[in-house]
Amino acid sequence: MTTTIGRDAPGQRSGGHGARVVPKSERPRSKPNVAGAFGHVFLAIWALMIIIPLAWVFLASFKNTTEIFSAPWTLPDHLRWENWSRAWNKAHVGQYVLNSVLVVTLATFGTMLLSSMAAYVLARYRFFGNRIIYFLFVAGIAFPPFLAVVPLFFQVKQLGLLNTYTGLIIVYIAYSLPFTIFFLTSFFRSLPNSVAEAATIDGASHTRLFFSVMLPMAKPGLISLTIFNLIGQWGQFLLPLVLMAGAEDKWVLTQGIQDISTAAGYEADWSGLFAALTISILPMIAMYMVFQRQIQAGLTAGAVK
Amino acid sequence: MRHGRVPFILGFLVAPVTLYTYFVLWPYVQTINLSFYQWRGFTKKRWVGLENYDRMLHADRFWQALEHHAVILVLLPLATIAFALFFAFLLNVGGKGRGGKTSGVWGSGFYRVVFFLPQVLAVPVIGVLFATVYRPNESGLINGVLLKAGLEKPIGFLIEKNLALPALIAVLVWQAVGFYVVLFSAGMANIPAEIYEAAELDGASKVSLFFRVTLPLLWDTIQTAWVYLGILAFDAFAIVSVLAQDNGGPDGATTVLGLEIYNNMQQNRYGDAATYGVALCVLSLVFAAFTLRLTRRESYEY
Repeated sequence: MTTTIGRDAPGQRSGGHGARVVPKSERPRSKPNVAGAFGHVFLAIWALMIIIPLAWVFLASFKNTTEIFSAPWTLPDHLRWENWSRAWNKAHVGQYVLNSVLVVTLATFGTMLLSSMAAYVLARYRFFGNRIIYFLFVAGIAFPPFLAVVPLFFQVKQLGLLNTYTGLIIVYIAYSLPFTIFFLTSFFRSLPNSVAEAATIDGASHTRLFFSVMLPMAKPGLISLTIFNLIGQWGQFLLPLVLMAGAEDKWVLTQGIQDISTAAGYEADWSGLFAALTISILPMIAMYMVFQRQIQAGLTAGAVK
Repeated sequence: MRHGRVPFILGFLVAPVTLYTYFVLWPYVQTINLSFYQWRGFTKKRWVGLENYDRMLHADRFWQALEHHAVILVLLPLATIAFALFFAFLLNVGGKGRGGKTSGVWGSGFYRVVFFLPQVLAVPVIGVLFATVYRPNESGLINGVLLKAGLEKPIGFLIEKNLALPALIAVLVWQAVGFYVVLFSAGMANIPAEIYEAAELDGASKVSLFFRVTLPLLWDTIQTAWVYLGILAFDAFAIVSVLAQDNGGPDGATTVLGLEIYNNMQQNRYGDAATYGVALCVLSLVFAAFTLRLTRRESYEY
């Protein structure tokens, strides 16, 4: 039966050292699937560890405080939608969600536009300083934004952009550039030359070539990175905390949830907290369910390179 | 060649480079500069030389934070990678070989979706979630069950000094595993099925399949995972700040450098905050250099 190995596609080396599996003593080919059942138990446990807390929060959003604390593992007495309306109106979750959507949409759009422009030029044009600029951008990947947070605060303040959407959006863009440029540069490098040459012969300008030829060709990479940035910026916590502290009406969701959870302690409005939490989780889960393939591909694309 | 080349290059680079320089590069440089000053924001900066560093090196919280980073740096990647490899293997190769083809266990698709889910949750959401999971009385999800099952008194996951940090690391692992399951699955999909088939025909068990085929051939991906998790270990600020008791407590038992930066900033001690920033920067660089050296190992071609 070793013919299988012989059938290896031509040009394919059969694996190096790692693939050399020393045949153990002739053991029966397929043992009763104990290992499989064993594995299933672990998989199921891990899945439950994720589903149960989320389901619990969802149920708790319909309970009242007494039910939450005295009977954590029971179903709510009846569906108390008033928790939801309280969270939406009084705790301003609706406002926070909208703020987050606004900031993240514009910031991701800006990130993708500026990054693809820079990456394209860095990938496909030779000029003095190209390597240095590329290197400076890539160096930014290694450092978390925190290192710079104190001077950053004053840089933003100097422009009068503290507590403004504009300030936050610009800073999101600036800190998303390194990774996005790094990734897109290698993507643009991998695109074939022939199409670009044909377009140039047809008389396309540099700008036209970029927008109507190269960008469409780079679509898969752009989609991955868009998702990557959307999720990353949606979950951003430190930057709004520092740059948006003083304007409660402009808070993004991460700040809002943090604030509501602190307030829930004082006001003992726990059902409101869980309703707020549910409101903020549901859109993410819905998005995830619809786009899960793209999201998984997008988030891991960077790591696989 | 074509004309308009120079204006084009400049035009495309000017905005990103300006933003990046003004908001990222310059603040990094400024951080180093600021760490030699005493500055409370409104008064003039006062040059103090290495005083901030001296104070930092004599602060208990600094050494506590370093210790915590070390613990996180070991436990987080180990646990995450171990779980993720195990799950990814089960999901991709763990099933019964059907007609000579290796396949994942039943329900792989479902597990993959669920495992990845925590990735899309923002940290404050996870903070509230786990505050409930860990709550130290019968209303907490874990303690509720344990107390029903006959435990005498509840476990103070976030209250007891020895438990707080592991409890936080567990949350990080809980969130991260799904990502690496997907990452490793992608890596495993690149391993030619023929290799598995050949090994199985030679009578290799699932266990030796894992250790002798999957693990060596996935080495590159595991390295990448290690670096990513290492970066995450230096950035545990968010989870500590939303979940730990009073600012990295109890009694500094969960503090990390990021939190010290933030605390100093809150107290308008900008020079000190910058000093902690430089420390974090140095540590990140050391980690990067260290991993590059350590993990450099010939990868297998296939």
